[in-house]
Amino acid sequence: MKTTDQPLPSAGPDPTRPAVTKDDAPRPAPEQPKKEGTTLNVFSHGVLVLWGFMVAMPLLWAVMTSFKTDREIFTSPWALPTELHFENWSRAWNQANMSDYFGNTVVVVGCSLVGTMLLGSMTAYVLARFEFPGQRFLYFLFIGGMSFPIILALVPLFYVMNNMGLLNTRHGLILSYIAYSLPFTVFFLTAFFRTLPTSVAEAAMIDGASHARTFFQVMLPMAKPGLVSVGIFNFLGQWNQYMLPTVLNTDPDKQVLSQGLVQLAVSQGYKGDWSALFAGLVMAMLPVLAAYIVFQRQVVSGLTAGALK
Amino acid sequence: MQHGKYRFIAGFLVVPLAIYLMFVVWPFIQSIYYSFTDWTGLSPEFSFVGLANYQKMLGDSDFWDALSHSLLFLALLPVITIGFALFLAFMINVGGRKRKGAAVSGVRGSSTYKIVYFFPQVLSIAIVALLFQFVYNPRNGALNAGLEGVGLGSWKPNWLGDPDLALWCVMFVLFWCTVGFFVVLFSAGMSSIPNDIYEAALLDGASRFTTFFRITLPLLWDTVQSGWIYMGILALGPEAFAVVQIMTVGPGGPANATTVLPLEVYTTAFSDAQAAYATTIGVALLIVTLTFAAIVLKLGRRERLEY
Repeated sequence: MKTTDQPLPSAGPDPTRPAVTKDDAPRPAPEQPKKEGTTLNVFSHGVLVLWGFMVAMPLLWAVMTSFKTDREIFTSPWALPTELHFENWSRAWNQANMSDYFGNTVVVVGCSLVGTMLLGSMTAYVLARFEFPGQRFLYFLFIGGMSFPIILALVPLFYVMNNMGLLNTRHGLILSYIAYSLPFTVFFLTAFFRTLPTSVAEAAMIDGASHARTFFQVMLPMAKPGLVSVGIFNFLGQWNQYMLPTVLNTDPDKQVLSQGLVQLAVSQGYKGDWSALFAGLVMAMLPVLAAYIVFQRQVVSGLTAGALK
Repeated sequence: MQHGKYRFIAGFLVVPLAIYLMFVVWPFIQSIYYSFTDWTGLSPEFSFVGLANYQKMLGDSDFWDALSHSLLFLALLPVITIGFALFLAFMINVGGRKRKGAAVSGVRGSSTYKIVYFFPQVLSIAIVALLFQFVYNPRNGALNAGLEGVGLGSWKPNWLGDPDLALWCVMFVLFWCTVGFFVVLFSAGMSSIPNDIYEAALLDGASRFTTFFRITLPLLWDTVQSGWIYMGILALGPEAFAVVQIMTVGPGGPANATTVLPLEVYTTAFSDAQAAYATTIGVALLIVTLTFAAIVLKLGRRERLEY
């Protein structure tokens, strides 16, 4: 196998050129002789640090606030909590329905992700590897979905699903997640399957493997890097989905995380319980932030490859 | 063999195609058709009314408010976000002092910056919007408390409640959560630019300013252009809908100061029960989106540089 062509439109930093980006070993800074550009250096560092603060502050503030009492939140928003009120978290989890929202999100996203990846890779494989009448038309039909404003289709979709009895059901939500994830998944994976060498698949066919068997046992394992990239992209997109559940799923028992939190914030019943709301907010943020820190490289390359090519 | 091939193709395509046609393509076609009817969404009966909805839209001040805000998002957000992200990415990757004999180098801690900046990108836009609603809260939000802390207590704006400020507050949230994504994206592009190009420029005495505009930007043009389209679609799409719907009163207020096209489609269809008219506004949104993409692609066409 030759590695001349880049199979992935990967945007991760190129490891072969470490001189440009890679240097963050914390060394004792020697006193540098005055050089041109020193003011610019101070300025650029200042801007970088400032933006770092701008990004981190709201998140840290939310974490801090989630441990305060309502009274503390109200009287001194910036002060550290006098003691850590972990009961906010248990109240959010048990009474403010966070456990239900988490459960719903895990079920819906789990099923949607498996469905999207399976159906998307099947479609992409057929479109990339076979010639048949209408192939180009189907390809553009799928790709076209990427440039439509989703909200336009949502209005009739609501009534289509209403007629089919799919409104306010988890499986209805799963089907719509899959449908709206397909355009990008098919687009990305079609390009990916085209870059894979044909010789292995041909060898499997000569050995008597069926088309389906070749796909599942030979091509899918070979496509793993592409599947991981687009899988991360779809996972984050579906986990964070807000518009589809807002329109298609108004049953309070079946709400997903982002939607449920917003409902909590607007509903009068919880207006008073700020601390639980903050705890719920942080609870919803932490898993993705933790996953991002652990799988940083994969998430970044998945998202950047995912969103732009 | 041939027979087996077609059976295989059909077997693999039937389920995904059915789901896609039923939930994406069919509603989409229907919505354009509905925009020529007087369908309310409540009853199955409706009749064909030609261009009446479009006429109504042209005389609807709510529509014009939403359109002007969406166009403002479209004009400003990509420029500001991508401009600022390019600046940060250049500082991170090329802004460092000369070290280790490399012609250009990143600042210290460049990878930490990239990790932190990317944080908001993995969060749900709904959660970000909710968080900022608290930050902007006029009475006890982080922002006004911070202003008081630094002695600006007399100037405590009513951020989201002030018609002159609310739109900018909402726009800032979209800016806040996307800058990091572009910093990382552009950094990746910049690190694949060969170092000898920078070395040659430095030997010729180019300043960092010249280096950026003569080398980095032209070589990064393709990425910038696709980023531009991505940001424009975001400014017209679900993200803009989420921040306005969650953060503002009404939503879309105060006094229609923050309403955007996707929100207008949503409220018209589901609160005002004017499904057909909502799809008409949706068609306007489609036209704006496609025009934007066409303009960017047309303006962005230039010779591709190979290196």
